[in-house]
Amino acid sequence: MRYLDREAFGKLVDALAGAGYDLIGPTVRDGAIVLDHIDGAEDLPSGVGEEQGPGTYRLTSRDDDMVFSWAHGPDAGKRFLFPAREVLCTAKRNDGQLTVECRPGDERPFAFVGLRSCDLHAIAVQDRVFLDADPHYARRRERALFIGVNCAVPGGTCFCTSMGTGPKCTIGFDLALTELPGGFVVEVSSPRGEQMIEVVRSREATEEEVRAAQAVTTEAEGQMGRSLDVADMPELLYRNREHPRWKDVAARCLACGNCTSACPTCFCHDIVEGMSITGDTATRTREWASCFSEEFSHIVGMEIRKSRESRYRQWLTHKFASWIDQFGTSGCVGCGRCITWCPVGIDVTEEITAIRATDGEVEVAEEVMAS
Amino acid sequence: MMAVDLRSLEVPPESAEGTPTRVATIRRIVQETPDTFTYWMTFRDPVDRATYRFAPGQLNMLYLFGVGEIPISVASDPELPARIAHTIRSTGRVTDAFRLLKPGDQVGVRGPFGRPWPLREARGGDLMIVAGGLGLAPLRSAIYQAIRHRGQFRRLMVLVGARGPEHMLYRQELDMWNQWMQFRGVETYLTVDVADDQWPYDEGVVTTLFPKVRVDPEWTTAFVCGPEIMMHFALRGLRDMEFPMDQVWVSMERNMQCAIRVCGHCQFGPKFVCADGPVFRYDEVADLMEVHEL
Repeated sequence: MRYLDREAFGKLVDALAGAGYDLIGPTVRDGAIVLDHIDGAEDLPSGVGEEQGPGTYRLTSRDDDMVFSWAHGPDAGKRFLFPAREVLCTAKRNDGQLTVECRPGDERPFAFVGLRSCDLHAIAVQDRVFLDADPHYARRRERALFIGVNCAVPGGTCFCTSMGTGPKCTIGFDLALTELPGGFVVEVSSPRGEQMIEVVRSREATEEEVRAAQAVTTEAEGQMGRSLDVADMPELLYRNREHPRWKDVAARCLACGNCTSACPTCFCHDIVEGMSITGDTATRTREWASCFSEEFSHIVGMEIRKSRESRYRQWLTHKFASWIDQFGTSGCVGCGRCITWCPVGIDVTEEITAIRATDGEVEVAEEVMAS
Repeated sequence: MMAVDLRSLEVPPESAEGTPTRVATIRRIVQETPDTFTYWMTFRDPVDRATYRFAPGQLNMLYLFGVGEIPISVASDPELPARIAHTIRSTGRVTDAFRLLKPGDQVGVRGPFGRPWPLREARGGDLMIVAGGLGLAPLRSAIYQAIRHRGQFRRLMVLVGARGPEHMLYRQELDMWNQWMQFRGVETYLTVDVADDQWPYDEGVVTTLFPKVRVDPEWTTAFVCGPEIMMHFALRGLRDMEFPMDQVWVSMERNMQCAIRVCGHCQFGPKFVCADGPVFRYDEVADLMEVHEL
């Protein structure tokens, strides 16, 4: 374990920007701690905290200058590695001859600062979807640097301990920081991480500092705002496809798609064709899609998931159950963003708990109830 | 102290380009029904012509410049892959645009994708192919392959239903296959929901053919493809005849935008229809097919 004081950490962040990396880190904007392109360490939050609950997110001020004493804002690494709109291919037609090119662009590589363990796990989940299939994603992913942060203050909707994805960073980082009042205990986990930390003055962390860092994680584990029993997945949701709870939650759900946008693993997308005004160049663009929209399941002459309950069931069952069959991992990392950013505060942990409590219950047809 | 060059951390660029789009030239367009056309095409690049292969039941993503891509199964003989056919019914923005194509126009082709009809499973026994309407298109390639390897099966039965005579795809071939019974042993059974005076075959939905075929379920593999309602009744008919569920195969339809299991649209429970299907063994999906709006 290494130790970086606050100044050295700032220099490291600035050095990444100076070396040409597209620096992505947390910064305060529009009443939230968002993840965005930043110029250097001075853009990072300081003395800011947050409160999260179902349908609620508020910034708070802290009486210290801690940088990372909050859980997470609305966005994760997904927005950068898998952008909401991206041109995948360009087609041209000259004298009737068609050409289609789908090469990834040559953007600056990302350096992520301050991703949480849930966010790093979410990237590992999206890796299983995109890494072998999509060269655009793969190129960005493989070039990016990752400085993770072990969570000190989980949010009111967090349940990463239930999903086995936090609060301590265990995968997907080059460096992982634990913030202490004067500086950072740093775990170095890759050759790239070793080179990064060489750039600035660091020293071996003392035993006391290492113990203090461990205490931060231990304390965070005890502060999760939510918990969820994921035993018997995927079968629990597979055998409850006709459960009355789907109708109940559908009556509250607005089908707005906020949960799918805020979710760091949701990967569904549309492919949209566009044409230049001159008519000689066409573009194939990928755009985030939501399984909450009616047209998502459109086939000739019909929408397969016409009712809202069928769409909610698709999302929740995919996230917690069929994802396991498809990709060998749950699609949920327990970040709780879908709960915080749901305008009506629907809580996935509550929905699954309700289904588990009445496991096997089947919706009774209305005519039967009427008689 | 600052001796390390952070730029040296850069990973060398990958050259991967995802699934390549081959360019094909439309050679011939055949009108099958009032709104359905078969597009015959050959690849522009001689290397593609020499190397492209597909198996019956697989699909291609066909691309129209400035319009978009759609998943369409290959409808031609898999053993003549240099010249491929796709049968397309105009029902939406992209498929409507296909009607404007003329011979000589170019389209993009990505593929083939998906799991094919398992002709191998049927070897040594009887093969029964049951098609409804446009569902004959993904089965046509399987029929050709079965005819080519006729000796590997005992009976080869082709049951086709359509709304009316004018909606029957590949009408000339069906008449031809029907005449082949004497010397190649292809049994064809054709029916339409509503016949006219010219129609020489049966009238009624496709399941009404089942009793005529006098099939031996224990020895028969069935391939089934058609509109949802036809599949529903055909599968019920096969269950009533006590077909073993693991000898029945179906082809499913879902929204597909990528064909490489990343866009998420074609999910059917845990299955991605584009990659795990479109052909499924009935016992793999029977429970899922019972769930409303899955």
